[in-house]
Amino acid sequence: MTEDLVLPAPREAAADAPGEPLLVVEGLVKHFPVKGGFPIRRTVGQVQAVDGIDLTVHVGESFGLVGESGCGKSTTGRLITKLLEPTRGTISYRGKDITHARRKQLAPIRSEIQMIFQDPYSSLNPRQTVGKIISGPMEVNGIHPEGGREKRVRELLEIVGLNPEHYNRFPHEFSGGQRQRIGVARALALEPKLIVADEPVSALDVSIQAQVVNLLQKVQRELGIAFLFIAHDLAVVRHFSQRVAVMYLGKVIEVGDRDSIYTRPRHPYTHALLSAVPEVNVAGEDVPQRERIRLAGDVPSPIAPPSGCRFRTRCWKAQDKCAAEEPPLVRLAGNHEGHLTACHFPEEPTIEARDKDIVLDPALVALEETDD
Amino acid sequence: MTTLTKEAGAPVPADADAFLSVRDLHVSFKTEDGIVRAVDGLSFDLERGRTLGIVGESGSGKSVTNLTILGLHNPMFTTVEGEILLEGQELTTARESELEKLRGNKVAMIFQDPLTALSPYYTVGRQIAEPYMKHMGASKKAAWERAVEMLGKVGIPNPKQRAKDYPHQFSGGMRQRAMIAMALVCDPDLLIADEPTTALDVTVQAQILDLLKDLQQEFGSAIIFITHDLGVIADMADDIMVMYAGGAVERGTVNEVLRAPQHPYTWGLLNSMPRLDSDPNAPLAPIPGTPPSLLNPPSGCRFHPRCTFQDRVGGTRCVTEAPSLGPDRSSACHLTAEQKRTIFLEEIKPRLHQRP
Repeated sequence: MTEDLVLPAPREAAADAPGEPLLVVEGLVKHFPVKGGFPIRRTVGQVQAVDGIDLTVHVGESFGLVGESGCGKSTTGRLITKLLEPTRGTISYRGKDITHARRKQLAPIRSEIQMIFQDPYSSLNPRQTVGKIISGPMEVNGIHPEGGREKRVRELLEIVGLNPEHYNRFPHEFSGGQRQRIGVARALALEPKLIVADEPVSALDVSIQAQVVNLLQKVQRELGIAFLFIAHDLAVVRHFSQRVAVMYLGKVIEVGDRDSIYTRPRHPYTHALLSAVPEVNVAGEDVPQRERIRLAGDVPSPIAPPSGCRFRTRCWKAQDKCAAEEPPLVRLAGNHEGHLTACHFPEEPTIEARDKDIVLDPALVALEETDD
Repeated sequence: MTTLTKEAGAPVPADADAFLSVRDLHVSFKTEDGIVRAVDGLSFDLERGRTLGIVGESGSGKSVTNLTILGLHNPMFTTVEGEILLEGQELTTARESELEKLRGNKVAMIFQDPLTALSPYYTVGRQIAEPYMKHMGASKKAAWERAVEMLGKVGIPNPKQRAKDYPHQFSGGMRQRAMIAMALVCDPDLLIADEPTTALDVTVQAQILDLLKDLQQEFGSAIIFITHDLGVIADMADDIMVMYAGGAVERGTVNEVLRAPQHPYTWGLLNSMPRLDSDPNAPLAPIPGTPPSLLNPPSGCRFHPRCTFQDRVGGTRCVTEAPSLGPDRSSACHLTAEQKRTIFLEEIKPRLHQRP
C-alpha cells in the first residue's frame, strides 16, 4: 500500500542546501510555575521542564530526541512549534530569531514548521471530515493550490497511503494507524520544511507502527523534510534518526550521530538507557552480550532537581565534583566529531558486557545476593 | 517443560502434571453490534514455576483469556465455554464464593496501570494487608507487619513509613512495586501479569522485570506474562504463545519461537520491529492491513487476509479451512513443515540478520 506512493516533485524552494542549519536552539529554558497557598495563590516553585538546551537541526535531517517521561522532550517540541512561550533562550529558524515573535510575524513561518501528535484519537476533530481536517491548514494560511484544495487533499491522502475517496469520511471510521496517516497528511498540507513529530507511533500496535515509521521515513527522504523526532523508544529513534540527543531532567546530556550514540556512548545515563532496552536475540549465541545496568529508583522531581549533574543521584560514578559543578556538554577525547557529552567521569565507549554487572536497585541486590 | 497442547477435535483430558490447564476455551461478549468472539478455541497448559509469555497485538484475546481465568468478566454479557482447570478444580463453572477464595491467594494478578488498579482511598499498606488478613486469617497487626516486609522486599525505601502513604504519593515505578507486593503477599501459585511494565519508563521497566524474575525464583510461582513487546517476552518467558484474533497461532519455548519461528504472523512481528542491532537503513517490513474485527472474523485461517504466503499453500485452503495448532512446539498454518523451514531460512532470517 505505501510502497507505490505518488510523491510530488521536490519544491524549488530547496535553496537551502542540505547540511545548512535550519533550526538553531540556544539555551532554551521553560519553567512552569507551581501555584499554591490560600487564599492568594502564590508561585511556590518552578517545574524546570527544560533547563538550558542547545540543539541544531539541519536542512533535510532527521534529528531524534530520546529520554524518559518528564525529561522535557515534549516540552521542547512544543517550544519549537511555538505552542509554548519559552522562559529564556533563543530559537532561530533559518537565521531568523522567532523566540518571541508575534502572531503576525510568525504566520509565514508557522506553515513551514508542522507537528504530528502522539494520540491519533484526540488530535483529530471528530466533527470534521477528513477533507476538512487536511484542508484546514491551507484555509487558515490562505493557500490556494493549483487545481483547488480538494485536489490537493486527494493527492495528500494518496501520499500517505489512504484512499482519496475517503475524502468525506469522519475520523471515527478509521483505525488508529489510518488516523495517524491523516495526521501526517495534515502536517504535509503546507509543504513544511520541518516537522516536529511527538511520539508519532507509540500509541500504535507493532505491526501498524512499522507501517507509519516507513511512511514517515519515505516522506522525510523523498520530500527532504527535516524531522525532530521525539520518542521514548530507543530502537524506533535509532531507526529513524541520523543524529540523536539524549535528554535527562530538562538537559541534553549527550548528543551525536546515531552510531556514536548507540555503539559508543560515553554518558553513564546513555549506557543505562541502552542496557535497559529489552531485546530479542534472533541470532543466537554468536552475538556479544550487552552490559547490564539496573538503576535504582525513579527520575527525581523536576521541581527540585539535583545540583550539579542532574543524573548524579542515580549514577554509580558520582563524586563530590558532580554535586558541585555542572558538567558542560563538550566533545570528549576519543569522541567523533559532533559527539558531545556532559559528564565529569565518562564511561568507556562500548556497550558490551562488563566483568561485573552494575546493579544499584537495593531490592535486586538483596535478592541476587541470596541466589549466589 | 511446560507442555502446551491444543487439539483439533474432542478435548483431550487435561495433562496430569499441569498446574493450570485451559481446554478449548471460547469467550464471547454480547454487544450492540453483535457477538464478539474474543477467544475462540484456546488450549494451553502451565506447570508450576514456569513462565508462559503470551504475546499479541491489541484485540488478540490475551487479556480476556486471563480475566476469564480469574472470573473477572461480567457474567451478564459474557458466554464462556470450555474448561479451565486449576489443580483439577474447574473454574468456569465455579461459584463466585469459591473464586473469591482463590483470588489474591492461590492466583494473583498484576495490572498494567497501577494508579487505576490501586484504590486512592486506602493506604498502600492497608491494601497489601487486606488479602493477607482475608486468606491467611492473620490479625490486623500481623498483616500490617507482613505488608511492610513485602514492601521492603520489592525495594520500597523506608517501607515502615511508606506503607502509611496513599498511592498518589508513590511514583509510577513504586506503585508497580506495591502492586507486585500485593500480588505476592499470600505466596500465590499462579501470578498473572498483564502488561505490567507497559506504562513504565525503560530503565524502570528493566528494574521491575528483573525484580519479577528474582522474586519468582524465591516464591516459585508460575507466571503468565502478557505483553505486546517481543523484547520483554524474550527476557522473561520460558515458553511463548503467540495469539492473533482470539486464537493461538504459534507456541514453543522462547528459543524455538524467536530463533526459528514458523508462523507468518510471528515472522511479521519480528520483521516489523526495529531492534538495536538491525540495519537502520533498511526499511521495516510491516504486516500489511489491520487486525480483523472480532465481530466478523475472517473465514478459515484468521490471518489469511494479511498473509503474504497464502499462494504457497495453493488452492483456497487458507480461506476455507482453519489450521489447527498441534501439541508442544507447533504453529497453526497450512504451510508444510519443510516450507516453513525454508521460507524462514531463506527469506525471513536474512532480513533479521542484516548488519549495518
